[in-house]
Amino acid sequence: MIDKNQQIIDSTLDQEYKYGFTTNIETTTFEPGLDEGVITKLSKLKKEPQWLLDWRLKAYESWKKMEEPTWAQVDYTPVDYQALSYYSAPKYKKNDSLDDVDPDIIETYNKLGISLNEQKRLEGVAVDAVFDSVSVATTFKKELAKHGVIFCSFSEAVIDHPELVKKYLGSVIPSTDNYFAALNSAVFSDGSFVYIPKNVRCPMELSTYFRINAANTGQFERTLIIADEGSHVSYLEGCTAPMRDENQLHAACVELVAHKDATIKYSTIQNWYAGDKEGKGGIYNFVTKRGICTGDRAKISWTQVETGSAVTWKYPSVIMQGDHSVGEFYSVAVTKNKQQADTGTKMIHIGKNTKSTIISKGISAGEGQNTYRGGVKILKNADNARNFSQCDSILIGNKCGAHTFPYIDVKNPTAKMEHEATTSSIGEDQLFYCNQRGINLDDAVSMIVNGFCKEVFAELPMEFAVEAKQLIEVTLENSVG
Amino acid sequence: MIKIKNLKASIEDKAILKGINLEIPKGEIHVIMGRNGSGKSTLANVIAGNETCEVDGGSIAMNGNDITEMSIENRALQGLFLCFQYPVAIPGVSMAYFLRAALNAKNKHDGEEEMDAVQFLATAKKILSELGLDDSFLKRSINDGFSGGEKKKSEILQLLMLNPQLAVLDETDSGLDVDALRTVAKGVNEFKNDNNSVLIITHYQRLLEYIKPDVVHIMIDGKIVKSGDMTLVHEVEKNGYSWLVK
Repeated sequence: MIDKNQQIIDSTLDQEYKYGFTTNIETTTFEPGLDEGVITKLSKLKKEPQWLLDWRLKAYESWKKMEEPTWAQVDYTPVDYQALSYYSAPKYKKNDSLDDVDPDIIETYNKLGISLNEQKRLEGVAVDAVFDSVSVATTFKKELAKHGVIFCSFSEAVIDHPELVKKYLGSVIPSTDNYFAALNSAVFSDGSFVYIPKNVRCPMELSTYFRINAANTGQFERTLIIADEGSHVSYLEGCTAPMRDENQLHAACVELVAHKDATIKYSTIQNWYAGDKEGKGGIYNFVTKRGICTGDRAKISWTQVETGSAVTWKYPSVIMQGDHSVGEFYSVAVTKNKQQADTGTKMIHIGKNTKSTIISKGISAGEGQNTYRGGVKILKNADNARNFSQCDSILIGNKCGAHTFPYIDVKNPTAKMEHEATTSSIGEDQLFYCNQRGINLDDAVSMIVNGFCKEVFAELPMEFAVEAKQLIEVTLENSVG
Repeated sequence: MIKIKNLKASIEDKAILKGINLEIPKGEIHVIMGRNGSGKSTLANVIAGNETCEVDGGSIAMNGNDITEMSIENRALQGLFLCFQYPVAIPGVSMAYFLRAALNAKNKHDGEEEMDAVQFLATAKKILSELGLDDSFLKRSINDGFSGGEKKKSEILQLLMLNPQLAVLDETDSGLDVDALRTVAKGVNEFKNDNNSVLIITHYQRLLEYIKPDVVHIMIDGKIVKSGDMTLVHEVEKNGYSWLVK
């Protein structure tokens, strides 16, 4: 029996990553290396205003003085920042028509299940497609513009809406915030920009699909979402990359600003290439995501399903400045083979009657290491702040690990904090029970894991909940004996 | 229906079953009685294929097919059903979802169409009301926070929905009050027909007031030491097991 189980485990680990193909297209790619010259060249290429170049150079200056953080529970070969190329883009000129997009790129997105053709696209979802360093297409822009919603690539926003970009860029994540945020601020190449005007409920889901294609290239995208007073937006991001033996760096920044009575719901399905079973290759996913509720009753909700990447280092956070503002974090993180994830959130309560919820579900299989790291900070004036945290881990097999590091810092005596944490194995008894009813091992595991993740999946927009569920099923197929 | 020959099994190198011979023909209800630790529940688990028990010798055949080496789910798909003594909770998985998954697996195996949602609900609701359970029971996470009675009724609900060929009831009567016991017994009697079989494992006779067995076996120290009819139950009730120990 043990042998049979081992065979099943082995066969899973050999399973191919479905999105690991490469697209051969002509590109403009910078020579590897990073200095002021590269940053200036990038900025000029993008026709950026001087203030933005200055901002980048200032970030670069601080980055040079910073040390790469080592506190995360992850172990990886250090990145040689001079060996990376900081810009790679398909050769073509972007405009409002899809006709000019290289058919190979359109085909790439089709293969990923993302149609850039508006007619074929899921009703009610607009997509910004980011390919390596640039946005190649944004759908439904005109339809959205009717409602005053701005949805475009970051580069376009810099040109078309400089006042908004200048006002909000770095307002949530300062360029000196941390090592990877500083690097991103210096070299970010593209990303998505969203502005929802006052009292507008965005008529469709907005989404960005990030694709890394080029080798030896870092992807540094920057997303900025501003929800003006009383507005509402739901935004989704998805990510995939080819299978390569080298590790690739993805260091993104996402800034969210929710004004008075506004709601931003941000969902991520992260499926970067995770490396092979020996842990060779895969994406280093070192991401800074933070949102601020500037006004009263604002709400920011992060939902993430993290199944890919060799190493994940990511803490989507919420600063609750306005009174009665709300921060939420719902996370499912899966690690298998030699994947490592150190992920969680920071909830910072500044305003009165602010409320945060953290639901984190860690799933470890193979030799995967899964760490929840979460901080809840209640500041002095945050009267009646409330936090509920629940961190559950499930272990599949006996070579994986789950770790929980909750940090709590309360400066106001009226705060109410609740924290629950559990770690369990998928029990032999649970599997026996399912098997005895005729349900096979794979179906039993996916059923048990999906049950475990239910509260988080419930937060995802419907079509993505289905996708997330399937993704977990594929990821964990044959992972138990 | 099921034929067990000289079955020997151990758990963590400790011999528990020491040569069980048992044959249950189609249409019969058999009972195995014995003290705690006699190996009754181990027998139920070995029949179901639980991998924590090591089979050291002998064979189990169902309808003439040797199932001794068969996987747990294939035995189940052959029509074997175990009513668990301690059904395990699976948080977040609803009763309805679980039952449909089990039914679909069975239908697929039997080459039949999947049961549609309407038919499923109608069948389930009928059984639920017979068991005195509310429809909302289907929405609850399986065995999660269930009372002792609810757990056993949930097992009977599954038994009636899946309609297997052989039902093994492992201490299904333990921990039940009289009303719940009656309900459970009623469910078992409803399940029973001329084409299926039941093996009841118990150390009380109280369930047998409601379910009439065809054959009674007494198990002591991993062996069946005596078989007979209901009179054997009354003898055990009166004199205990000691007189049967050689």
